Amino acid sequence: MNIVMAMFGAVSQGLTWAILALGVYITFRILDFADMSCEGSFALGGSVSAVLMVRLGWDPFLTVIAATLAGMLAGYVTGFLHTKLKIPAILSGILTMIGLYSINLRIMGQANTPLLGQRTMISIGKGLLPEAAELGILDSTLQTWVTMGIGLVFTVAVIGLLYWYFGTEVGCCIRATGNNEVMVRAQGVNTDHMKILGLVISNGLIALSGALVTQSQGYADVKMGVGAIVIGLASIVIGEVLFLRPRNFALRLFSIMIGSIIYRMIIAVVLQLGLNTDDLKLFTAIVVTIALSIPALKKNKAVVRKRS
Amino acid sequence: MLKISNLYKTFNPNTVNEKQVLNGLNLELKDGDFVTVIGGNGAGKSTMLNMIAGVHYPDQGVVLLDGEDITYLPEYKRAKYLGRVFQDPMMGTASNMEIQENLAMAYRRGKKRGLGWGITKEEKQLYTEKLKILDLGLETRLTSKAGLLSGGQRQALTLLMAALRKPKLLLLDEHTAALDPKTAQKVLELTEQIIRQNSLTALMVTHNMKNAIQYGNRLIMMYDGKVIYDVSGEEKKQLQVSDLLEKFQSVSGGEFANDRMILS
Repeated sequence: MNIVMAMFGAVSQGLTWAILALGVYITFRILDFADMSCEGSFALGGSVSAVLMVRLGWDPFLTVIAATLAGMLAGYVTGFLHTKLKIPAILSGILTMIGLYSINLRIMGQANTPLLGQRTMISIGKGLLPEAAELGILDSTLQTWVTMGIGLVFTVAVIGLLYWYFGTEVGCCIRATGNNEVMVRAQGVNTDHMKILGLVISNGLIALSGALVTQSQGYADVKMGVGAIVIGLASIVIGEVLFLRPRNFALRLFSIMIGSIIYRMIIAVVLQLGLNTDDLKLFTAIVVTIALSIPALKKNKAVVRKRS
Repeated sequence: MLKISNLYKTFNPNTVNEKQVLNGLNLELKDGDFVTVIGGNGAGKSTMLNMIAGVHYPDQGVVLLDGEDITYLPEYKRAKYLGRVFQDPMMGTASNMEIQENLAMAYRRGKKRGLGWGITKEEKQLYTEKLKILDLGLETRLTSKAGLLSGGQRQALTLLMAALRKPKLLLLDEHTAALDPKTAQKVLELTEQIIRQNSLTALMVTHNMKNAIQYGNRLIMMYDGKVIYDVSGEEKKQLQVSDLLEKFQSVSGGEFANDRMILS
């Protein structure tokens, strides 16, 4: 029973974190920009959402929008540092990330903000449904299902939006910029603007994910973004490995969502088997390494077979 | 059409690597000129094209295109007047994007790009027809990624993209240098065909003196950041490679010949 519950929990976590992976995909893969500000933006989204709900009594859904806008601003800063001040890509992201740590502390006024008894989208969603007892399930199970539902709705909406956007003229320019800047400039496009646009969208999504996660886990913490990049990349890479070569963009995006869910499932299984939570990050690194090396190992096996 | 006045450019000033590449360069192009540019290494040919394209800005001097001063206009802003084909076949197309998406990018050169759809059905028709002209079988591979094409095919595609929105000036920077002789020949023929059919004004830098003589209506020779020889029309047609070598030696008083030049 325990493991089944853990799996449901994993799926719901996978869905709320999936948008983070989508955001990371935009910068790391589409724009070919190693954006480290992701960790700061994630916590920024969580902090903004938490503070607006707890201190100012905002509607939870509106706080998610505010969190997204805050993330977009963070993305703009990274873009500005890189395109106008000519600071190298990785460094620009790191500078934003470090700055955001202090900013997030300032926003919350403390290292974390609990959402005790706070109305969140999850609680609103639960309120629309009959009581858990009536449905014959535990309250925590209902909580998980509602979280899953909300995560799914948001993720699918974002995937739809991204699929549309990267098919538009501007979206194509962003994709081309990540592939061959020289050619893009020769076709009359301001590549600085395209990079900034990509960073803005990506960090907006990452902050959105942070807000979702905060509302689902019941608190926001300055450190909640630590390791977010690796988790995002893990989701992308696991999705890639499973789907091999998705023929179109929509499938690619869905593979990232599935990858995020599977990543969480692997973690859940491993924790059930007794892994120390302290070792979680190391485990994640190992999983990503394995996933990344599968293509190379496959090739190796084929060559060895040909030799013998 | 194009007027370059007194262009000066020094790279890495005040360092050990200081090199004055352009030394008071002057050049005027009329509408419809197809000019081939030859010169030794370091003569300033590519730098001149880069000045026109906006990759670098000059230290001194003016670049006028149809009377408009574009000397300090950012590269992407000038792009609407220019078509460019680079020496590196990989540089002119986006390898991760489909052939039709590359063409769609070129089709929108000079236009504001908004949230309209990246490619329309009518466009795909247009691209199929345009690609037929290349005679490389690309018209049936619109959805193939550009990275799958050979160097020659990519250059041909880049050429098509450069001419898609009739540019005021076509800049060709040794665009066949990285191709094998047979493919280079094919691309050059395509170049001439496209220039002729669209009545384009073009500047073609080349290391191949035979090609420089054979193609275009005008030939200029550069040395030490200046134009030292300018010939057009009938006189140009009658030129031999040896004439060019002699001309260079007499004007510059130095060695022009390196193996690449004589052998090609």
